[in-house]
Amino acid sequence: MAILLDEKSRIVIQGITGSEGSFHTREAVKLGTRVVAGVTPGKGGTELDGIPVYDCVGDAVAKQKANVSGIYTPAAFTPDAIFEAIEAGVRLVVCMTEGIPVLEMIRVKQALKGSGARMIGPNCPGITTPKVGKVGFMPNFIHKQGNVGVISRSGTLTYEVIWQLTNLGIGQSTSVGIGGDPIVGSGFTDILALFERDPQTEAIVMIGEIGGTAEEEAAEFIRSQVKKPVVSFIAGRTAPPGRRMGHAGAIISGGKGTAADKFKALEKAGVIVEKNPAELGQRVAEILQKKKI
Amino acid sequence: MKIHEYQAKELLREYGIPVPRGRSAATPEEARCATEELSGKVIIKAQIHSGGRGKGGGVKPASSPEEAFTVSEKILGMQLVTHQTGPGGKEVRRVLVEESAAVQRELYLSLLVDRSQKRECVVFMASEAGGMEIETVAAESPGKIVSCAIHPVVGFSPFQARKLAAALRLNAEQRKIFTDIVRNLYRLFLDKDCSLVEINPLAITADGRLLALDAKLDFDDDGLYRHPEIKGMRDQAEEAPLEVEAKNASVNYIKLEGNVGCMVNGAGLAMTTMDMIKMAGGEPANFLDVGGGASPEQIEKAFKILTSDSHVKCILVNIFGGILRCDRVSAGLIQAAKNIEMKLPMVVRLQGTNVDEGRKMLNESGLRFTVAEGLYEAAQKAVFLVM
Repeated sequence: MAILLDEKSRIVIQGITGSEGSFHTREAVKLGTRVVAGVTPGKGGTELDGIPVYDCVGDAVAKQKANVSGIYTPAAFTPDAIFEAIEAGVRLVVCMTEGIPVLEMIRVKQALKGSGARMIGPNCPGITTPKVGKVGFMPNFIHKQGNVGVISRSGTLTYEVIWQLTNLGIGQSTSVGIGGDPIVGSGFTDILALFERDPQTEAIVMIGEIGGTAEEEAAEFIRSQVKKPVVSFIAGRTAPPGRRMGHAGAIISGGKGTAADKFKALEKAGVIVEKNPAELGQRVAEILQKKKI
Repeated sequence: MKIHEYQAKELLREYGIPVPRGRSAATPEEARCATEELSGKVIIKAQIHSGGRGKGGGVKPASSPEEAFTVSEKILGMQLVTHQTGPGGKEVRRVLVEESAAVQRELYLSLLVDRSQKRECVVFMASEAGGMEIETVAAESPGKIVSCAIHPVVGFSPFQARKLAAALRLNAEQRKIFTDIVRNLYRLFLDKDCSLVEINPLAITADGRLLALDAKLDFDDDGLYRHPEIKGMRDQAEEAPLEVEAKNASVNYIKLEGNVGCMVNGAGLAMTTMDMIKMAGGEPANFLDVGGGASPEQIEKAFKILTSDSHVKCILVNIFGGILRCDRVSAGLIQAAKNIEMKLPMVVRLQGTNVDEGRKMLNESGLRFTVAEGLYEAAQKAVFLVM
């Protein structure tokens, strides 16, 4: 089953003719992803390796039955691209673009309300469902099909963890990078809920970061709504307070949003907290072992 | 991005928020002239990007142009130490000379983005306990803070100002002006992509007027592309020189105290690499995220920034290629090692997109480095090299 991305997904890539858009579309196709269309305003009628390119998302939906959009447009044009995807009626929007102003994301969240579309990102590595494909740019070789769901606010740290799992022979149902921005389309809780309902997923790995309160909110949600085992790590234990560590989200100030606070909240919610990320895979292996017995 | 108080007050004035009359001055002579123009008692305020300036001795009154000269002579050029600057302090290069006001009450008013999943909108915060740090108020008497969320579609509505005004115990006359202040602050926040607007204190003067005595404005870095006028207010002298260089190269770099220099892609992995170095018994010299679309030139610049920190005794390169391809990283490393005489030991760990090409390039380059496969192994090897 997996979540978000499955056999029924038909993907359109907005910004497909750009350098990142075309490179990562080709990578996704190599993984077997069903990319049915691309969109670049002004380039309608052309194609990329046989994938038809349209001027607008509406055409891709009408002509190729696209139901998932992956966005690689430059930041200044991305809110518009998201609004267009929502209006065209895709059920899932995955936005990789980094650098969208927070105030624009506030508008995007309003547009999503009641639209029937779900959004992942922005500023995220996307989603991969092994054996189905990917929207985004997680490296192809790290995945293996299985029953662990991965959720993360980070990019490369997510690959690190997925690769660790794969090397231990532990496959993934779906891996989701929710993005590092202060306001994102879907939060930890949204994805946790999907994994909890997904019959393929037996355990969940959640990778957080300092800053904000998303992990605390997730802890509260796990305590009351998640029965599957959750293993977690928070990056940034040694970061100095008050500084922005790359992600706009990763600011710790005034004693809120520190790694220690988050570890504590998660532990209290019954989450298995691992402070050495090199050991995360091992923790998951132990849990799966226990489940079998 | 942060700006100075005098710049923040210019913006507030532009948006119709009452601020004291004032002039900024970079020399004692300019401060003297400003005081003459303002005619009367003034306050001389050091302009650095930091709070707690008064306690550090950076805010002083003067009652004549001559006194303004001598007072600002002392403040200008001083290393002002506050609880936010660190023990080294920050050099004062400019003062704000401002009409002094007789104050009856000090209030607090701010606007910021509430990122919690329940809200995700712009929120006003107000408190009767102005003039002190809001973090202190929040910790000691949270009941004294009222907040009011602005629905992004509905926007500002006057009842919100009435709600805040009631909590601040304003009289009828003040409430009218306060409503305009709140409306205009919200407009400013949206117009300029602010991330924080804080007026602390918002004073009620002896004659009952509302006046923004101090102001702090922060801007969303991601919104700066559409506000060249705000970008122009950036004061590079307020930032660490290496961090300025990094910013200009679009590399995220933060200098820390240790001796293991790190170059990593992705903020999360960069923070984790720092955590791992500590866990292995070492101290990271920096946070450095080369970002997703780094070119070999950017990698080279990042490398130069790392090696120009004299505390760095070893360099740890940790790349898990996704959007960033390993061959680009290798090209940058090889280019950098050629252009600067690299004497520091280096631990390299490459994984991900185009990893085979990247490793091959490094192996054939003649560069000397230690290879690591795993994350913790890389940190351990780097820490071993600085021991």
